[in-house]
Amino acid sequence: MDLDRRSFLLDAGRLIVLSASASLAWEALLEGRPETAPNYTMTDHWWGMVIDIEKCIGCGNCVRACKTENNVPLEPYTFRTWVERYVVELDDLEHPKVESPNGGYDGFKPIETDTARIKTFFVPKLCNHCAASPCVQVCPVGATFESPDGVVLVDTDYCLGCRYCVQACPYGCRYIDPRTHTVDKCSLCYHRITKGLTTACCETCPTGARQLGDLKNPKDPIHEFLRTHKIQVLKPQMATHSKMYYNGLDGSVR
Amino acid sequence: MGGVEGFIYPNELELQWSVLIVLYPFITGLVAGAFILASLERVFNVPAVKPIYRLALLTALSFLIVAPLPLQLHLGHPERSLEMYLTPHTTSAMAMFGFVYLWYLMVVLVLEIWFDYRKELVLTARASTGAKRRLYRAMSLWSDDISPAALRVDDRIGYLVTVIGIPSAFLLHGYVGFIFGSIKANPWWSTPLMPIVFLFSAMVSGIALVQLIYMGTCRLRGIKSDIVCLDAIGRYLFYAFVIDFSLEMLDLIHRIYESDESFKSLDFMVRTRLFTSQIVLQIIVGTLVPLGLLALTQVSRLRDDTRRAIYAVAGILTTIGIFAMRWNVVIGGQLFSKSFLGYTSYKMEFATREGLLPAIVLLLAPFGILWVLIKLMPPWHQSPAAPHRS
Amino acid sequence: MSGDQNPYLHVFRMAGLFAVGIGAFLVLRALYVPGDFGTFGHYRPAALEANRAVAAKFAGRASCEACHTEIVEARKDSKHGGVGCEACHGPLARHASGDDQAPKPVKPDAARLCLTCHRADASKPRTFKQIVPANHYPGEVCTSCHNAHKPQLS
Repeated sequence: MDLDRRSFLLDAGRLIVLSASASLAWEALLEGRPETAPNYTMTDHWWGMVIDIEKCIGCGNCVRACKTENNVPLEPYTFRTWVERYVVELDDLEHPKVESPNGGYDGFKPIETDTARIKTFFVPKLCNHCAASPCVQVCPVGATFESPDGVVLVDTDYCLGCRYCVQACPYGCRYIDPRTHTVDKCSLCYHRITKGLTTACCETCPTGARQLGDLKNPKDPIHEFLRTHKIQVLKPQMATHSKMYYNGLDGSVR
Repeated sequence: MGGVEGFIYPNELELQWSVLIVLYPFITGLVAGAFILASLERVFNVPAVKPIYRLALLTALSFLIVAPLPLQLHLGHPERSLEMYLTPHTTSAMAMFGFVYLWYLMVVLVLEIWFDYRKELVLTARASTGAKRRLYRAMSLWSDDISPAALRVDDRIGYLVTVIGIPSAFLLHGYVGFIFGSIKANPWWSTPLMPIVFLFSAMVSGIALVQLIYMGTCRLRGIKSDIVCLDAIGRYLFYAFVIDFSLEMLDLIHRIYESDESFKSLDFMVRTRLFTSQIVLQIIVGTLVPLGLLALTQVSRLRDDTRRAIYAVAGILTTIGIFAMRWNVVIGGQLFSKSFLGYTSYKMEFATREGLLPAIVLLLAPFGILWVLIKLMPPWHQSPAAPHRS
Repeated sequence: MSGDQNPYLHVFRMAGLFAVGIGAFLVLRALYVPGDFGTFGHYRPAALEANRAVAAKFAGRASCEACHTEIVEARKDSKHGGVGCEACHGPLARHASGDDQAPKPVKPDAARLCLTCHRADASKPRTFKQIVPANHYPGEVCTSCHNAHKPQLS
């Protein structure tokens, strides 16, 4: 029948063309050839991440992967993402003991505690890619900005290194790159997510504690997760409209 | 990781803003204070401060010229600093401040000084030859008209500029306060009082500085400083100080009383890492002692020379105290972690780009510039007895 | 003396100086600021390109599975099914792209790697399988009983 054959040919044609262009982009990505992502429209996406405290085991894979993927200096200590360990006495939420040895890059030394009176857990942190970002607000020249797809990025060729944004970030996620003398921070692996990959930290997380989510994609599992879990963001009183959604975030977390 | 106590976010180890950023509000504060003292004479017609009118303007200009230098030294890419003027981000207090600075420098200070000095510049040009004549011709923008009509124009415009200059001076330094006060992430900085506290401490430091420079230049010129003038300046210094001290006490009492989530962390910081600079230098040595000394001159009858000595001591202590205040705001605001669970420390080096040595040089540089300006445009030709052309 | 001159003449000279300054500023602006600045927001759109133009070091699970189908088969119903390949084997983008110069993927050292995740720690979630090495066959290497790709024993 004509209609079936026609639609079949159209579908097959689309598949061939898409596969071809996707595989081209794929090859370019794998070979490390920097090029713009074909088939990526910024306004079709709004990126966020789910971080599940109940799944994080503090292995440090994410910290190591991020440093490798994004060529982050190992010394002096600068981090795009890091993991903190909290030890909280059950009746004193306001004075947790927190540590982050080298940001969690080498993992954590195991501890034993009396878990009848103490609770302890890991909290991965990164740039919150705030939709109402105070760092973007204070940049004097427009060297940091929120992209149309919701990622807060740095224009390292334009940044003056005035460090006002570092002061304005409530989460401590920005640092000065000692090699470029400009500011830098988590870019949500923009070079990966615009080409259909996930971030380096999510890719290497063995327990799925970190999951990238596209809030504009109706099929993305993030919607169901946000609906069925009790979700928090860090420092909600700052009203930064953070897009890093934490599940199981304890009240003691700063 | 020496110098760290408790827990800090991993990226908070090193301070972002160094002693150079302490210098910057200190210097712009001196500018605003000196200018307001000058405007007392021009706009509010306080005749007692006439001897220091031009000196105050030149002081303000010297310091304002140096003001951007600590910022340039601090930037990771000073060669890109023009971007603040070319693509200013209108939501950024720092970007908008670039224009406030430019406005103040060009429209207020340069214009006021030029219109006030133009007659002398033209006269000096006429009386000189060679390179000196060319220099003064250029400084007067090759104008030659000092007829009464032209001088009246100078006077009227100068008056207008001073009137605009007063709110501009308030804006200049209040804005620096806003640059800090608008950062909600930092509870040590974030308060609506910040611009006002900065402004009044600026006035205190600027008035004290001009008083010290006046006494110093009189000593160098071998003449006695005008005690009526000094008394007037001392009075304004005292009033400004009382307001400044009240504002700072208000902030402190408010913090202690409300005791919000950041309070314990900040309180501990003040009592340990900031003890010398805040309690000793800023509050005791830099505020209570000079305030007490100045109060003494207001309530008791003291000999002229005693009062001169008190003004000198109070002036020096005040300047140190206001510098300590800037230090406590800028450095203090970075010593504690935004997790409120720990502290880092400030390692100030000596001979590096952002070290103590450039800071000292930058503090001394305005005096060098002032010396040049005094040579080019002596502020003493107008004797206190001569009536102001108005 | 110039008594009949316009007394405002010198004011115009000063105004001229200001006009020159403003003119210079406008010229600088035209030269320095890229024409498309501000298209998406207050920034250079070229920055979006610059952020995209970074070479990836991790290939991503899908591209490993495209070649290593036997491993995909081996990991069916594995407890490690949710763990990405490069979580253990490290960044392999160059290897996956067929680069002959790329460093050959090395089999990770089981003793160190397994314990990175599975060494018991009070802060790890209770439901996560963890062991105290001194109590769990000390001296043995993990892979003598467990297959890393399908670690469950039954």
